[in-house]
Amino acid sequence: MPIIRNRTIVEDDFRTLAAEDPITDGDIVISFDRFREEHEALAQRTGRLGVEVPNDIFAAEILDALKTVDLIAIDFPIYRDGRGFSTARLLRRGGFTGELRATGNVLRDQIAFMERCGFDAFQVAQGKSLEQALEGFKDFSVTYQDAISPRTSPRS
Amino acid sequence: MYKYSEYDSTLVQERAQQFRDQVTRRLSGELTEDEFKPLRLQNGLYLQLHAYMLRVAIPYGLLSADQMRKLAHIARTYDRGYGHFTTRQNIQFNWPELEQVPAILDELAAVEMHAIQTSGNCIRNTTTDHLAGVARDELADPRPYCEMVRQWSTFHPEFAFLPRKFKIAFTGSADSDRAAIRLHDIGIQLVENENNELGFRIFVGGGMGRTPKVGKLVRDFLPRQHLISYLEAILRVYNQLGRRDNIYKARIKILVDALGVPEFSALVEKEWEEIRESSLQVTDAEIERMQAFFAPPAYETLPDSDAAVAAMQAEDTSLGQWARNNVVPHKQRGYNAVVLSLKSYASPSGDLSDNQMEAVADLSEQYGFGEIVVTHTQDLVLPDVRSDALEALFTALVDLDIATPNHNRLTDLICCPGLDFCNLANARSIPVAQEIRQRFDDIDYLDDLGEMSLKISGCINACGHHHVGTIGILGIDKRGEEAYQLMLGGSAGHDASLGKVLGQAFSREEIVPALEKALKTYIDLRESPEETFIETFRRVGEKPFREGVYGA
Repeated sequence: MPIIRNRTIVEDDFRTLAAEDPITDGDIVISFDRFREEHEALAQRTGRLGVEVPNDIFAAEILDALKTVDLIAIDFPIYRDGRGFSTARLLRRGGFTGELRATGNVLRDQIAFMERCGFDAFQVAQGKSLEQALEGFKDFSVTYQDAISPRTSPRS
Repeated sequence: MYKYSEYDSTLVQERAQQFRDQVTRRLSGELTEDEFKPLRLQNGLYLQLHAYMLRVAIPYGLLSADQMRKLAHIARTYDRGYGHFTTRQNIQFNWPELEQVPAILDELAAVEMHAIQTSGNCIRNTTTDHLAGVARDELADPRPYCEMVRQWSTFHPEFAFLPRKFKIAFTGSADSDRAAIRLHDIGIQLVENENNELGFRIFVGGGMGRTPKVGKLVRDFLPRQHLISYLEAILRVYNQLGRRDNIYKARIKILVDALGVPEFSALVEKEWEEIRESSLQVTDAEIERMQAFFAPPAYETLPDSDAAVAAMQAEDTSLGQWARNNVVPHKQRGYNAVVLSLKSYASPSGDLSDNQMEAVADLSEQYGFGEIVVTHTQDLVLPDVRSDALEALFTALVDLDIATPNHNRLTDLICCPGLDFCNLANARSIPVAQEIRQRFDDIDYLDDLGEMSLKISGCINACGHHHVGTIGILGIDKRGEEAYQLMLGGSAGHDASLGKVLGQAFSREEIVPALEKALKTYIDLRESPEETFIETFRRVGEKPFREGVYGA
């Protein structure tokens, strides 16, 4: 499945495991619950690791545990639920430098805001065109606030 | 007033283009109505009972003459020849076609206006005192800070999908709060500390709706350079912790109550510590840059005219009545602020026709510096009128039917659109307002009743602010019939309080007679003509009023 990463459409090189899939070598994404419980299997494997977190979790609860993983995926069950925006910002502020991926109901009209909060990868909602989603980055050339990316409007 | 830089202009033009594209995608079916709804809402476009309604932002209520002319043009070209000024100092057009909204946004962008964040679960238009910059009791002009908040909150990437809508209001006056700051999600009062440094007193968690709350003090003094970082901290705490399971419990007032002020405040301060020394700090240079936009206009040096205005106010004429009630003292010698009442007997509160708008724009240039302010009580203000021009202005306003001398009087009532327009309402509110204006049209009686506010809502969502009227009327549904509760004792000022329901609801026929009994009770009970309704109510309590209205 292709995704958007750094404003480019690329094939997803991570495999997102379902709950019943065994933990394997290679680049995988697992749930936060499995990350906490399956230490043994995780310790023995090789490859990059991503962890998907629910959108009602607080950044402070996961930052220490997940600081060194390669990818954190934050789920947006409905795009109107904006908690993931704050979670992303706080993870970046806390020093997370891996891939920050938005998953779930990720739509063109929110994608630029997500990027400004620190997301760099987007698993666009099912049935929506990735090419169209890329257009969402072009809507605005002006920003008023310092977020993860700085403002473009001037200040004295 | 604030003038757009190329950045501001680019942003509103890009917004108009983005919305044009969103409308195209909706009309082609690429976007479902469910997907389009929050997009149009973030652009102030509602679907009401009969048609779309477009709400246009008027930042902190301030309009130039040219902007007012543009609103008149929009009303004439895209609507039915009128606009409706709202309790949030904005304007609504009730009949635009979806296909034409992008063109309206282009028209607005051409005069530095937009409809950004006038609805949706985001930070809404920042409001303030309609006398900002001219009030005699003002410590400092709040508008430079309002503009900073406007820019910071516009398309804030983190706070576009909050648990619920979010409203911020400022006042710069210590004596009287004309912006109802304690009924806002965040209310900000400009204050001075013991070292005479200017800063902010921050209230959080006020609001009306079905769970009315008076905002709580969370910080007594915030140095002014930290305004934006502190707001960001409050919003970040709210975005993470505010309830999202029930829209009626999603406002920040519910969170503040659930946590209690000490815990809420501690969470905010902890987050603020992380960001207070960041680039969010507002520099003195930035404050000065913003203040320059709101520098006083080129006032002439005039002699003191307070005595002359007082003499005019003492006249037993229609001019005298109007001057008593609608002419407000000004900080500049020889000038006055004048309230243009949009509460005539002919039309709903806040409505103004295209022709009236154009005439007001002309008057603002003839009798001022081309600025017009929208009040949160749905009137307009000409902020800088010379005392020697008051009589001529009055004559012009009479011709326009916006000279009703009822500012801060019983019939200066605010009123939601009610069941005539709104799909949330339980009862009509406009006909009740009309009946009250007709029944109480004797201005001497209104003057005798003195300062008070009457606020009418057609349902518990409280768009008519019934909780904070000296007298509030709330429309409810009683077994399929429209019925009305009478509430007394509300205030939106620094002494903010919520009104109490007096008793059993009244039928449509009974509500205005019941109001009349409440007024008579006040007249009978007051200790002197100087004691206002709210003072009498607070002194004697509700029992005598209940007896006066329902019979002993």
